[in-house]
Amino acid sequence: MDENLIVSVGPHIKDTATTKGIMWAVVFSLIPAGIAGVFIFGINSLYAMMISITTAVLTETAVLAFRKTEVSAALDGSAVLTGLLLAYNLPPGAPLWLPVVGSVFAIAIGKQVFGGLGHNIFNPALAGRAFLMVSWPVYMTSWQNPRWVPDAVSTATPLAILKEASRGGPGLNYQPPPFGYIDLFLGNRGGCIGEVCVAALLIGAAFLFLRKIITWHIPITYISTVALLSRMFNGRAGFFSGDALFFILTGGLALGAFFMATDYVTSPLTAKGRIIFGLGCGILTFVIRKFSGYPEGVSYSILIMNSAVPLIDKYTHPKWFGKK
Amino acid sequence: MTAMREFYGGIHPDSFKLDTAGKSIKKAFIPKRVVVPLLQHTGSPAEAVVKAGDTVKAGSLIGKAAGYVSGNVHASISGKVAKIAYSETPVFSRVLSVWIESDGARQEPDAVEQVDAAAFPKEKLLEIIREAGIVGLGGAAFPTHVKLSPPKDKPIHTVILNGAECEPYLTCDERLMIENPREIAKGLEIVAKILDAKNVYIAIEDNKPLAIQAMKKQSSEYRARSAGCKIEVAVLKTKYPQGAEKQVIKALLDREVPERGLPMDVGCVVQNVGTVFAIYEAVYLKKPLIERVVTISGPCMAQPANVKVRVGTLLRDMVDYLGGFKKEPQKIIIGGPMMGITQYTIDVPLTKRVSGVLFFPKEEIREDREDVCIRCGRCVDACPMRLSPTTLMHRVKKENFLEAKNLGIVDCYECGACAYICPAKIPLLDYMKFGRAKLKTVC
Repeated sequence: MDENLIVSVGPHIKDTATTKGIMWAVVFSLIPAGIAGVFIFGINSLYAMMISITTAVLTETAVLAFRKTEVSAALDGSAVLTGLLLAYNLPPGAPLWLPVVGSVFAIAIGKQVFGGLGHNIFNPALAGRAFLMVSWPVYMTSWQNPRWVPDAVSTATPLAILKEASRGGPGLNYQPPPFGYIDLFLGNRGGCIGEVCVAALLIGAAFLFLRKIITWHIPITYISTVALLSRMFNGRAGFFSGDALFFILTGGLALGAFFMATDYVTSPLTAKGRIIFGLGCGILTFVIRKFSGYPEGVSYSILIMNSAVPLIDKYTHPKWFGKK
Repeated sequence: MTAMREFYGGIHPDSFKLDTAGKSIKKAFIPKRVVVPLLQHTGSPAEAVVKAGDTVKAGSLIGKAAGYVSGNVHASISGKVAKIAYSETPVFSRVLSVWIESDGARQEPDAVEQVDAAAFPKEKLLEIIREAGIVGLGGAAFPTHVKLSPPKDKPIHTVILNGAECEPYLTCDERLMIENPREIAKGLEIVAKILDAKNVYIAIEDNKPLAIQAMKKQSSEYRARSAGCKIEVAVLKTKYPQGAEKQVIKALLDREVPERGLPMDVGCVVQNVGTVFAIYEAVYLKKPLIERVVTISGPCMAQPANVKVRVGTLLRDMVDYLGGFKKEPQKIIIGGPMMGITQYTIDVPLTKRVSGVLFFPKEEIREDREDVCIRCGRCVDACPMRLSPTTLMHRVKKENFLEAKNLGIVDCYECGACAYICPAKIPLLDYMKFGRAKLKTVC
């Protein structure tokens, strides 16, 4: 019997969660939003998702093979997640080569160039979206109404309308469909495929909370900050008259706060660090929405905060037990 | 009734305690042969005072403590000394040991009930403990007479009985508290008396309701006996590693032992249940430390049980006595499944340090491939010392040992909670051990 005995360092029991399991759980949690995207904008959304995911996985396989590392890691769920999130960040009418180019960039440049899973500084899906935004701004800002609205093509998102109105442009005379809170919550509005149906996103987020895959620190801090700042400064009747609910239901805030800002690799390690991260994202989102040329600021604020994470981690390293 | 107390961090593994928690401790198994190592404690090895051919009685001295931080060693069975030779041991590798063969003579040590023991002065009590070779039975085996003699500038106000027993599978302390609460309470009184402590706590995790009940009954009788001494049974939230000294103190008193410090730095002394029971036996029955309760469990055991083990019993003999294996083991762990030490042979003697032996079959052994760290932060959440294991791991990987030291790696006590929870199955504990060991040589 002695010859068969295994000698190893402990612990000799381990928790059952795995990296793969976590990645696929997040993909699973995004399914409701995907179904909503197809239901609201049509079958093209599904094509965009499938093309994006396939390209992401193929790109990762190719790069891993080129790097002569473990190719099976392409199926660990992280490339699929990146592809899916990239598709969710596209407008519904975008030509189908857009997700191809975006996914290649997201995986090859946004992730693999840094060393692959665990080493990237920026959220790959957002890096892909930013690249597309800068290279093809017209495609990336041509919106559609939900399928059931008679004028199905060419409209603007609620935030874009607001931005136009604030500049005194044609938006002032534009008559959009009325956006009640229910419309914003259920997705009866223009926007990106995966961001419009806040209800579906919340279902997915609830699943992630229950499985303890995400915690409240980033999303709640992020959303509360946007809500508070919008209430204080975005109103027409002076200080503290802003419509906070409107601003947290519009744009990609729900998608960004629950699914992209919470990405493990690109967010801080500690609870304190995460709160700072959420705060920073919130402030930047508000600033970009109010003062910049863009109507929407979620993707850029998360990318900017991603770059601050090593600094945040350094200064929020836990003060360990017994340290004076 | 006190509210549930806890410390930061920790993990919740399945307990696997039901296999043995409900059964009473089996009577001592008297083996035909024992191998008693002269080093079973932290400190210097004892020096043999017998030689081959000598006749010994159970309880007679066979090894004398060498130096202050050392412990006496006694014969655990009556018989003849076969040889003084090196033996494998569960923890210390090969150690000089006394090999004794039974001669069929009376195997019980002379036990004389000392009814007036409660009135003994401190110095006499300490001397009895030293003579009896009592060491910490929680695993570290630190000589108890040294632990109970803190320097004058570190006054002790609190004595804590550590009944947490947080490792899965192990139930020896729990059963002792259920079956011998009176003796444990008396032993605890002795410890409090030696240290002049004003507060006495009995810390028990909330997954041991019977033990809590038994000790609560004792504590009310104790309170009646001793004027001015505060005694309390404190229920602690069940999580690993609640049983670590520093975590018990944190949960009970919300005080943190300073970095690289000891409990006495915050005026506390923590004692294991088995140790306190041994103190009772030494003082009230004049019985030296020659046997202790051990949990023998794991999926391979036909009849997992808690059993009183004579020090030096060979593991092989013990397993045979308990009915052998129902599956062939591929891992033998001495201790618990978190911090236990795997054995490379079944031919080891069970020493004073051994509180549990677990046998795992092939199908229960995981061989996980190390994956890349995804910075999920679960290890940071789990570490009871509030360290950042992933940061330390990266430093150790890059051989930045001094930076690891500056980030607190020296305070890691290798509980394994980080490696348990890591979804990427990174062997974090390996890195911690490597980094800490390296620091001992570098600086």
